[in-house]
Amino acid sequence: MLNIKNLHATVGGRHILQGLNLQVGEGEVHAIMGPNGSGKSTLAHVLAGRDGYEVTGEVTYEGRDLLAMLPEERATGGVFLAFQYPVEIPGVGNLYFLRTALNAIRKQRGLDEFDAMDFLEFAKAQMKLVEMDPSFMNRSVNEGFSGGEKKRNEIFQMAVLEPKLAILDETDSGLDIDALRIVASGVNALRRKDRAMLVITHYQRLLDYIEPDHVHVLANGRIVQSGDKNLGRQLEAQGYTGLNVPVTAG
Amino acid sequence: MGAMDTRGQTFVQRLSCVPESNGGLTAFRRAALEWVSEHGFPTTRDEAWKYTQVSPILDIPFTPAQQGMDLGLSPGWIDQHAGRLGGVRLVFINGFFAKGLSSFEDIPQGAKITNLASVEGSFSQSLKDQPNAFTALNTALARDGAFIQIPKNVVLETPIHLVFVSGTESEPTMSHPRSLVVAEAGSTATVVETHLGAATGTGRYLSNAVMDVALGEGAVVTHIYVQNEAETAFHLSHLGIRPGAGSRVTTHSVALGGRIARQEVKVMFNAPGAQAVLNGLYMPMNKQHIDNPTAIEHIAPQCESRTLYKGVIGGQGVGIFDGRVVVHPGAIGTDSSQANKNLLLSDTAQANTRPRLEILADDVKCAHGATVGQLDDQAIFYLRSRGVPVQVARDILTLAFADEMLNLIPMTALRSHVRERAMLRMRAEAQEVIG
Ligand SMILES: Nc1ncnc2c1ncn2[C@@H]1O[C@H](COP(=O)(O)OP(=O)(O)OP(=O)(O)O)[C@@H](O)[C@H]1O
Ligand SMILES: [Mg+2]
Repeated sequence: MLNIKNLHATVGGRHILQGLNLQVGEGEVHAIMGPNGSGKSTLAHVLAGRDGYEVTGEVTYEGRDLLAMLPEERATGGVFLAFQYPVEIPGVGNLYFLRTALNAIRKQRGLDEFDAMDFLEFAKAQMKLVEMDPSFMNRSVNEGFSGGEKKRNEIFQMAVLEPKLAILDETDSGLDIDALRIVASGVNALRRKDRAMLVITHYQRLLDYIEPDHVHVLANGRIVQSGDKNLGRQLEAQGYTGLNVPVTAG
Repeated sequence: MGAMDTRGQTFVQRLSCVPESNGGLTAFRRAALEWVSEHGFPTTRDEAWKYTQVSPILDIPFTPAQQGMDLGLSPGWIDQHAGRLGGVRLVFINGFFAKGLSSFEDIPQGAKITNLASVEGSFSQSLKDQPNAFTALNTALARDGAFIQIPKNVVLETPIHLVFVSGTESEPTMSHPRSLVVAEAGSTATVVETHLGAATGTGRYLSNAVMDVALGEGAVVTHIYVQNEAETAFHLSHLGIRPGAGSRVTTHSVALGGRIARQEVKVMFNAPGAQAVLNGLYMPMNKQHIDNPTAIEHIAPQCESRTLYKGVIGGQGVGIFDGRVVVHPGAIGTDSSQANKNLLLSDTAQANTRPRLEILADDVKCAHGATVGQLDDQAIFYLRSRGVPVQVARDILTLAFADEMLNLIPMTALRSHVRERAMLRMRAEAQEVIG
């Protein structure tokens, strides 16, 4: 469903992605690991359509040219990015924001829009999945949320928006031990045959909960090694220096 | 201001003669007109008019608006365009009282709410002062306006709504609504002032409005001003406030319309322990120019003033906040803050901000600040990444910025009405960007 060929991305004079190749089949879960600054978030941003990058290469998503689509078209087409650093939006209510988003997606799928009451019921049910307190719905988007609360909010949004391709960028970072378990089981509950996931993480711990079908190492803007779930454990034991590939920081 | 040049003289002559007044006011009116010829019109060399040129106004051959125009108005139209707030509503068309469109429901006991033409004498005090040439012209040429007197200790539960509708079907016309609010000691009242262009005939007109508000000891007044004139129109207004000892006044100014608009708020703290809160939102779009001068004179001790104005500026719009706070000698214990925040929606939008502070007394607490920014790209991307179309994302963020001010407006019906008007202005801007 996702096919990335020879992807390059440059920003601020830095050539960050340098010929990245990756294929994700329907319903597959792929983990991406890699040193700080290797380009993992850049990949996530480029896939979600953030501007400011000079991008070359080819990305097809469900047979469509993903790079030619606007960010909102990608989202309504089923792509979802759980941000490494979710953005605070003062003055915009969480509930209103998410209902607007869901209705944009539902419209695209030919479904009826949710009114405020119906949406509230639906949203409350999804919040249970990540054990989020309904009071968060009345607050501004991410404003004043703790690091962990922001991450839960991302997964909650994913539950509401029901994407076909979810990219989770370090959703486990900043979570306490219990929260990690809750968020991971939330993600597991959202795992479906027709929902692929790209899970960016630094820790095997998350992968113990979410067993990936494939694990890749991203270094210097490229996938330098791929394997099954055992690759994660191997990395945990040996670090990136244990790999037989040149890895330079930053 | 200097002696009047010929352009100014022609401008004044076209506006014809001073109306005959009862109660010996003709003398005030004549004096005001003389003041204009002596001092002339302001230029951008006058500090208070630094950002607004009056020459485009003086170049237009305005003649006095005539009484009896109907401009396609009906009570339903007023409800829709000015909001239906319940309670007393006085409607003025081109500065003339329109009884048929007004409603006098629920006038509280003892309160006097009427139009100026019937009680001119009450205005004598307020007619004496001449802050500038346009207010002086208003004094000389005003035909009508509202007069509101709230007796001692009376609390008004419903707002008093003044609606000033202007329009012209052919020639450019000018009108000068003049209003006075007297809130006696211990009274409480809310006054809503709406200025808007008519259903038909939204050509070039100039509405030159003056309102004076006098608060007795301990009175509490909330003043809400909504300026939604036609985009072809010119609008000048002056709100002069005199708070009595221990009184509290809150003003909400929302300026949306007009080709060139300037709405000044002036507070004279002559009595101790009073408080004034000045809130403002202005949204010039397209080629609009909207100037918001505030002048707060701390003369008496222990008074508090809080000013917060926000500008949302799109297209080639120009938005101005020109705030001046003067703490006079002896105004000890003054507590004043002034803030102005601007959001530019386009590369051609322009914000001028000048919070000024002159402190001539000791033992005072004063703060001021100003910001000019743009929509947060990261927030726009975050919304888009969730499926929200880019223009909707921009609108949501713009409204969130404006909401800080809109949410302060009391009364749900009015707040949602004003919010809707603000959204319509934003949409007009969005169309401009897309088309
Ligand atoms: N706008 C930019 N201008 C210049 N350099 C940038 C810009 N954005 C990212 N970079 C650089 O590109 C590199 C890759 O960044 P990226 O965020 O993709 O790394 P990452 O793999 O997600 O790292 P981490 O594990 O720390 O999250 C970093 O060195 C970063 O500093
Ligand atoms: Mg990252």
